[in-house]
Amino acid sequence: MADESFDFTMPSLGADMDEGKLVEWLVKPGDVVAKGDIVAVVDTAKAAIEVESFRGGVVERLLVEPGTTVAVGTPLATLSARGAPAELRPSAPEIVPEPEIVPEPAAAPRRPVVEPAPAPQRPVPAAGPLIRKLAAGLDVDLRAVRGSGHRGAITRADVKMAADARSARPSYRISPYARRLADELGVDLAAVHGTGRDGAIRSDDVRAAASVPPVPTAQPVKTTAPDTAAQKAAAMRQVTARLMARSKREIPHYYLSTTVDVTDALAWLRGRNRELPVPERILPAALFLRATTLAALRVPALNGYWVDDHFVDGEGVKLGVAVSLRGGGLVTPAIANAHELGLAELMTALRDLATRARSGRLRGSEMTGGTITVTNLGDLGVDAVYGVIFPPQVALVGVGKVVSRPWAVDGLLGVRTVTTLTLSADHRATDGNTGARFLDAIDQALHQPDMLWEGSR
Amino acid sequence: MTPEEARTTVREALRQVAPDAEVDGLPPDTSLRDTLELDSLDFEALIVQLSERSGRRIDEDDYPQLTTVGSCVDYLVSRGG
Repeated sequence: MADESFDFTMPSLGADMDEGKLVEWLVKPGDVVAKGDIVAVVDTAKAAIEVESFRGGVVERLLVEPGTTVAVGTPLATLSARGAPAELRPSAPEIVPEPEIVPEPAAAPRRPVVEPAPAPQRPVPAAGPLIRKLAAGLDVDLRAVRGSGHRGAITRADVKMAADARSARPSYRISPYARRLADELGVDLAAVHGTGRDGAIRSDDVRAAASVPPVPTAQPVKTTAPDTAAQKAAAMRQVTARLMARSKREIPHYYLSTTVDVTDALAWLRGRNRELPVPERILPAALFLRATTLAALRVPALNGYWVDDHFVDGEGVKLGVAVSLRGGGLVTPAIANAHELGLAELMTALRDLATRARSGRLRGSEMTGGTITVTNLGDLGVDAVYGVIFPPQVALVGVGKVVSRPWAVDGLLGVRTVTTLTLSADHRATDGNTGARFLDAIDQALHQPDMLWEGSR
Repeated sequence: MTPEEARTTVREALRQVAPDAEVDGLPPDTSLRDTLELDSLDFEALIVQLSERSGRRIDEDDYPQLTTVGSCVDYLVSRGG
């Protein structure tokens, strides 16, 4: 563990993401981060996302400059477990433990580098002649390269990465404000003469540089990331298009619908709301989320993922919520441990999620791992919505408009408040029979308001 | 609350709820849902704003009266604190 370091990589923030633009670093070298701390802001085609560290450590180096667009999996920073306070170190059982160093057969398949093995004590890095030649050509010092290959061996990718990182990341001393200013003014930091302490770049230096024509750089930063509102909208459209096309190509959907009498549930909710302060009022939308959560617990075959030709149980409900963004577009962040939340807590979570989705402050952990999603288009006045499943999930629940309809109850015709619930489900994972039980479970939950209120901790 | 005060209150509440919308000079018949594209969460946030600013608790039973910019103003004038 003495020399253990690990990479913080561009995370995949949903099945629909293959690259992201680093917008801002919220840490700098030397900072101690705990698991779950927000370390960076990443712009995807859909939204700006706050990204958390997946484990604790000390930031050693930032490898990517803000404004750079990189592919998912690209190392963004190197962190070291060394020097992290003991309580910040990952507890061993939490992370896939690195097996004891046992000689492996040479033909053993390379295991995925979930966590790089501690680098062996080696003054001379393990690198073949081809790698050494490549390194020499790129002027990379192999002693400074951390191998990601078998037993810490340095690979071609490691060398290239080191060369790229060096050229992409000249070490500017600059304040976050000056950096943002430079970004806004389109100032290339390489052309700025720093007048601060130790040549640090100050905002005045950036402004001064902005008035002189920029010097073209040898390594232009890749700029596929959208910037104008129109480009952003187009990019989001494309991402949604790709994901939905994939869903319809791969997932054999089946659809069920049922109209549910929610008169009593909504009357009960109204009674509750009379007792609550206005800002804590609970919307019918939360009622449907809660009922869906309870149904997912009762019919777990629809709560999880379809991966590698089989169903994987979601183990707890991480409830995806389709949130339409003002100005167009759709994001589906998820509420973790929804099964532990009572109705009031679920409402708070929904309000929080929607607010942050619209102000572009969602977290990375909210963008992945949803086990089932609810889309509520009732607000827009449609009776029912037959949605498209978000891969790799296997079900999507649609909530339609809440309306008054003539309705027969106990042989008498009356006016009741009803809504149409739909289920889109993956026929690979379940049959219609299971889907029917699921919709029935939602219906039953909506008729037992007291059950809806309590969280099932 | 005078009509002028009510108009100002509604405008400021809307500015909070829909920061991207142009809320100045909206005609009274502007629909909150169709034109300003407020969904139920936005609408609830608007109610919270109007309640706080007018000092009067707005109950769900009154929601049907609050569908346009003008009807919100009328509501505050007739009922608001």
